[in-house]
Amino acid sequence: MTVQHDSSVYERIQAGERFQELRRRHRSWAFPMTVAFLVWYLLYVLMSGFARDFMSTRLFGHFNVALLFGILQFVSTFLITWLYSRHAAAKLDPIADELRAEEEAK
Amino acid sequence: MSHEALSTILFLIFVAGTLGITFWASRNTKTAADYYAGGRSFSGLQNGLAIGGDYMSAASFLGIAGIIALSGYDGFLYSIGFLVAWLVALLLVAELMRNSGKFTMADVLAFRMSPRPVRTAAGVSTIVVSIFYLLAQMVGAGALVGLLLGIHSEAGKIWTIIAVGLLMIIYVVFGGMKGTTWVQIVKAVLLMAGAALVTLIVLGKFGFNLSGLLGEAATQSGKGEAFLQPGLKYGTEAQGIAGKIDLISLGLALVLGTAGLPHILIRFYTVPTARDARKSVQWGIGIIGVFYLLTLVLGFGAAALVGSKAIAEQDKAGNTAAPQLAQKAGEILFGELGGTILLAVIAAVAFATILAVVAGLTLASSSSFAHDLYAHVFKRGTATERQEVVVARIAAFVIGAISIALSIFAQSLNVAFLVALAFAVAASGNLPAILFSLFWKRFNTAGAVSAIYAGLIASVVLVFFSPVVSGAPTSMFPDSDWHWFPLSNPGILSIPIGFLAGYIGTILSKEYNAAKYAEIEVRSLTGLGAEKAAKH
Repeated sequence: MTVQHDSSVYERIQAGERFQELRRRHRSWAFPMTVAFLVWYLLYVLMSGFARDFMSTRLFGHFNVALLFGILQFVSTFLITWLYSRHAAAKLDPIADELRAEEEAK
Repeated sequence: MSHEALSTILFLIFVAGTLGITFWASRNTKTAADYYAGGRSFSGLQNGLAIGGDYMSAASFLGIAGIIALSGYDGFLYSIGFLVAWLVALLLVAELMRNSGKFTMADVLAFRMSPRPVRTAAGVSTIVVSIFYLLAQMVGAGALVGLLLGIHSEAGKIWTIIAVGLLMIIYVVFGGMKGTTWVQIVKAVLLMAGAALVTLIVLGKFGFNLSGLLGEAATQSGKGEAFLQPGLKYGTEAQGIAGKIDLISLGLALVLGTAGLPHILIRFYTVPTARDARKSVQWGIGIIGVFYLLTLVLGFGAAALVGSKAIAEQDKAGNTAAPQLAQKAGEILFGELGGTILLAVIAAVAFATILAVVAGLTLASSSSFAHDLYAHVFKRGTATERQEVVVARIAAFVIGAISIALSIFAQSLNVAFLVALAFAVAASGNLPAILFSLFWKRFNTAGAVSAIYAGLIASVVLVFFSPVVSGAPTSMFPDSDWHWFPLSNPGILSIPIGFLAGYIGTILSKEYNAAKYAEIEVRSLTGLGAEKAAKH
């Protein structure tokens, strides 16, 4: 079921320019974004623990900053999910498909 | 007809339907890839629903709604951690894992390392994490039957645990991944539909005025505006600084644990390509996110319409908030009969929820036992596919039986902390091993083994000596006291310990295989050489 490739094939592809570009595009997007959403989430948890007066500020009606901040965590999660799918489809999939197709055609 | 009888009938219909699916699936399960990974033939949407079904446990449905209904805002902190965690899985783990692994979490680690020590460590960790999680769910099921079906006798609880355990064993032994996945899909649809229906009725009652709902919840909770603000349950001002550090520790384990939970990770193998794995996580995030927004309305709705006092009278932990609200919502729309029907529906959905989650956990742990420990550690890779699947089925039976026995033993103990502990072990041991394997060139066997054991042992030891096990009225053993660690959640210490152990273990060992790293890197990013879907 699984096609076995000689290990030298992988080293050759790894050394190639297009693979290096794929790797760079994946990491340079995913790593900073991971740091960003973790910091954003930790900020929320920290403020829930240590900035309760600010979190309790009423915005309108009974709706306060804590609820808004919580809802924004949902919004940012959905947004990052959508941005990643766009990034992957435009910048990652074409190179990955090309490299795989070339090798499988051999 | 009483709501208990109706609940039981609805639940039996669910059981009959899912058993039918299981036997259909068993006829279509022939190869190891069928049994472990459902033939890798599920679509992104199907697997996304199954991810929701696997993840949205009774603890997160009844538990979070209950915490919100009794302690207000703080329940929301839990759901946010559970949701944001999926971004780690989406950005760093799901696709790369689908491309480089085969059946279990250990496959990714064993790829470029000495297979026996790494598979032993990952297998042990998988089984420990899954059993912790399993116990919490099964003991919860025993408690729920009393609340939902009015069976309060000890014998009733024990028979419920046995029945849930037997059903889960049947799903896994006969249906394998295919049967389990369909049970989770059906459950996810029922749970979403039930939660959405009750939410709509609640919002309608308040004329879709969210602020009005919040105001009424604050009033009926007896706690006023504080009910809408953080601090009533986690890190209360009375607990001082330790309570607040505990809150951060919990948050860390929740956000980093998901992408290290073995029963979640093996879901990525059930789809044909990495792109489908990505799609399934996107669907999963959408479904889980909407679900937690619904539980927010359910929790505040229960406080507003049922009242925190009436909920706490039924169950101190608030687990009956959602069913009680369902009854109220049914009454609002259709009078008393409507209340009975909706309560029965939600109670049946709650049981379906438990079944789907425990089946996923049993599958993950038995797969790891058969594929990692039996086939690769004991048999050193000489076992045939057929032998492996037979062992996996026996393991599912044995692990199921052990869980039933342990749950019966633990049913009078407070074991709710086990879910948080499972997340802590996953974040401290499994996650560093997986991330280093996928992204760190220098990483090696010593590093992987150190990360997993250090993370696992640190989490378990710290929790053992924490107030959740002894020394507090809410402890597992409230009458003894051997605690010295002040926090209920070990994450803030155990997660750095796991990552650090992975780093130190790696640099102390000279092992390094450039060719294997090239292979995992190219394979994980391009899918070249990845396992293909089965053709039926």
